[in-house]
Amino acid sequence: MTTPLLAIEGLTKAYPGVIANEEVSFVIGEGEIHALLGENGAGKSTLVKTIYGLIRPDTGQMQWRAAPYAPTAPHEARATGVAMVFQHFSLFDAMDVAENVALGMDDPPPIRQLAARIRQVSTDYGLPLDPGRLVGDLSAGERQRVEIIRCLLQNPQLLIMDEPTSVLTPQEVDILFQTLRKLRAEGRSILYISHKLDEIRALCETATILRRGKVVASCDPREKTSRQLAEMMVGTALTAPQRVGRDPGAVLLQVDGLSLRAPSAFGTSLKDIALTVRAGEILGIGGVAGNGQDELLAALAGELRAPHHVIRVQDQPVGRFGPNTRRALGLLCAPEERLGHAAAPDMSLTENALLTGAWREKLVWQVFIDWKRARNFAESIIARFDVRTPGPHVAARALSGGNLQKFVIGREIMQRPQVLVVNQPTWGVDAAAAAAIRQALMDLAQGGAAVVVISQDLDELLEVADSFCALNAGRLSAPRPVPGLTMEQVGLMLGGAGDMEVAHVAT
Amino acid sequence: MLRLERRPQPSRVWVWATPVLAVCLTMIAGGILFAILGKDPVAAIRMIFWDPLFSQQFAAFSRPQLLVKAGPLILIAVGLAIGFRAGIWNIGAEGQYIIGALCAAAVALAFFPSGPADVRLFGTVLFSFDAAPSRWWLFPLTIVAGAAGGFLWAMIPAILKTRFNTNEILVSLLLVYVAEKLLAAASVGWLRNPQGAGFPGSRNLSQFPAVANPEILPGTGMHWGVAIAFVAVIFGYVLLHRHMLGFHVQLAGQAPRAARFAGVAPARLVVFCLGISGLLAGLAGMFEVTGPARMITIDFNVGYGFTAIIVAFLGRLHPVGIVLAGLLMALTYIGGELAQFMLGLPSAAIQVFQGMLLFFLLALDMLSNYRIRLAYREAA
Repeated sequence: MTTPLLAIEGLTKAYPGVIANEEVSFVIGEGEIHALLGENGAGKSTLVKTIYGLIRPDTGQMQWRAAPYAPTAPHEARATGVAMVFQHFSLFDAMDVAENVALGMDDPPPIRQLAARIRQVSTDYGLPLDPGRLVGDLSAGERQRVEIIRCLLQNPQLLIMDEPTSVLTPQEVDILFQTLRKLRAEGRSILYISHKLDEIRALCETATILRRGKVVASCDPREKTSRQLAEMMVGTALTAPQRVGRDPGAVLLQVDGLSLRAPSAFGTSLKDIALTVRAGEILGIGGVAGNGQDELLAALAGELRAPHHVIRVQDQPVGRFGPNTRRALGLLCAPEERLGHAAAPDMSLTENALLTGAWREKLVWQVFIDWKRARNFAESIIARFDVRTPGPHVAARALSGGNLQKFVIGREIMQRPQVLVVNQPTWGVDAAAAAAIRQALMDLAQGGAAVVVISQDLDELLEVADSFCALNAGRLSAPRPVPGLTMEQVGLMLGGAGDMEVAHVAT
Repeated sequence: MLRLERRPQPSRVWVWATPVLAVCLTMIAGGILFAILGKDPVAAIRMIFWDPLFSQQFAAFSRPQLLVKAGPLILIAVGLAIGFRAGIWNIGAEGQYIIGALCAAAVALAFFPSGPADVRLFGTVLFSFDAAPSRWWLFPLTIVAGAAGGFLWAMIPAILKTRFNTNEILVSLLLVYVAEKLLAAASVGWLRNPQGAGFPGSRNLSQFPAVANPEILPGTGMHWGVAIAFVAVIFGYVLLHRHMLGFHVQLAGQAPRAARFAGVAPARLVVFCLGISGLLAGLAGMFEVTGPARMITIDFNVGYGFTAIIVAFLGRLHPVGIVLAGLLMALTYIGGELAQFMLGLPSAAIQVFQGMLLFFLLALDMLSNYRIRLAYREAA
């Protein structure tokens, strides 16, 4: 057997409370496109950051063409021949392409020379790009080309790509794939991270699958079905808990044909979303982050406005209403980002209680704030949801993630919503707190509220939800009842293996 | 070596200790500056901070000046602080102050008892009035004109920002220079005193009792503008600490996304914050032109609008702090003039001195969010 390009042996990296990578071993051969598969939080990012010298492992080692390889900084990794294209671009809008490329280089040549080389590389690899254009005018796909060309100018042996297609149009994906195949033909290797199973089957010849920080399987994805890959990714050991079907009540939240353009270049457009949630029902919406979760929550919360009749709460159209009018009508939301979105980091818990509770909890008289009532409201959230903090005067940023999450979810639940929408309710929360939050959500539904839980945690969704749909590239699949739903079906719905198969199973 | 460590939450002690420390450091650095200029640093610092209040020679004249100077500073700074808390940076209060004064003066002069009661623009009569010098509503009308002038001048950056997403810092700042040109044009043109022998400058409004803004209590420097400044302080305090709008202002400044989640409409907030600060700056200009300044002149503005930025930050964007900071900055104005006069310090040295105060304050503000630890360099 020939010497592999990069061999990884027993890498372990632990953070307080979580093991990001545990005894990870695999090899990347010369001239192969190697897929790294796994759910969010499976440890993919930690692993590639280790390879790129951004993170130092606790134990384990790496070998580059049989020589020890332990980069302590990205420039060492680049000097060895590793280049990385990040999921989020680090480009300056106000500068042109060549200037941006020069900024990312350790030793940039004169700009005129560099522009010529950019032109050369861009024609060689079929990545059309004018070095003189301002980055601010480029599309997401073109921006990615800037990053890729920046990497290619270093003549790398191993190119790491983190979720490269998440911001691309299908046409741009085709161009990218042609480039990657050309790079492989030149003998370069690519480590390709994605959730998109179809892409991986089309592009990669080897796949390493991570689950909860461990390598659980290696395979040739071309020989597997999307269904089998999804199974390996989520693990078949998970079984849906038995649920007693509740009597469906009246429809409390109805969304019909909600389409919204992405508010920003990196956002996802919502496409014709339809959902119905009844009193007492919990609808689980699964999907990999960046498929429109934030946008869906913003549209339901009223941060993004929609045509008036598209969103209805108890048959009352609310699409054009702002967040506070929707709150008054009983539609409450808890966004994913705790610090900065659901809560203001430097404000006290009392002030943060006021943030959404002002009108419903009558913390405001006319227009004047009743600080005493606000403090009492904060204290009651702290007491009922076991928020560990010295008191309501503490700034939100001083709380641990789990405690703040309990506060944020508790703040909405305490306002007795008719409809509650939560995004990632237990993200980064310890097991006990997560269980408490899930229980509170189920109790809320039991009490007659309609609850929508958006989450990437499939276990969580299967545990709490009555019905399940998947959000994929801004589209929401048809809902399926959770009882009887298998992990394979869930995986297929999520992996975007095509709605056809799901529809086929449904009939 | 020194290491910065982020505090879990901002230190309340340092939030109020940094202004005091900044004043001390400014005195030291300013003293060094004065020494380099060949002046006795102790005497200069004493001249700026002590003599205006306590020297027998100067106090009788300069003590009332304290309120005269502090009034507009406080009035403008309260408005600015509201915007700054929301992260909306009105740097052009100086321009709004000028336009407020111009509008107020235009209205007042239109009713001036003697001479023609025409208001002219480029030589053409815009409108004419029957002079009615003793109507009770003249002074309130002048106030409204001043407030409206400042408000509308601030609406230019507000509308450009909400409509076209321009930068309000640049637009409001550049409009100061436009306002200065308008001021110059008014003092040599359409507001010029027809009996002024061709000298630039308007009629003396203190000779027109119906619109004059004299000292309320003789010998204190207290005029209506100072009274309104204190009303504004109370208004600002209630708004920022008791009113839902004030909560939204602070939320928008600290966490814009959380503000949208709380239902704050960013565009409306921009209009409100720029509007209120422009309005108060316009009021300050109105009370100045009808009071201490007495008339429109080419050099009517003395930088209150810019100094008020320092006052707002020195006062921690808190209305009560702004009162203290306004008095302190007024002192540096008076003391600075005194030092210019007595010690021959260049006027630029005093401006540098005021600028240093803001510099030290902003630099030291780090201490409220970070603590400094002595630590050996950790092995990377």
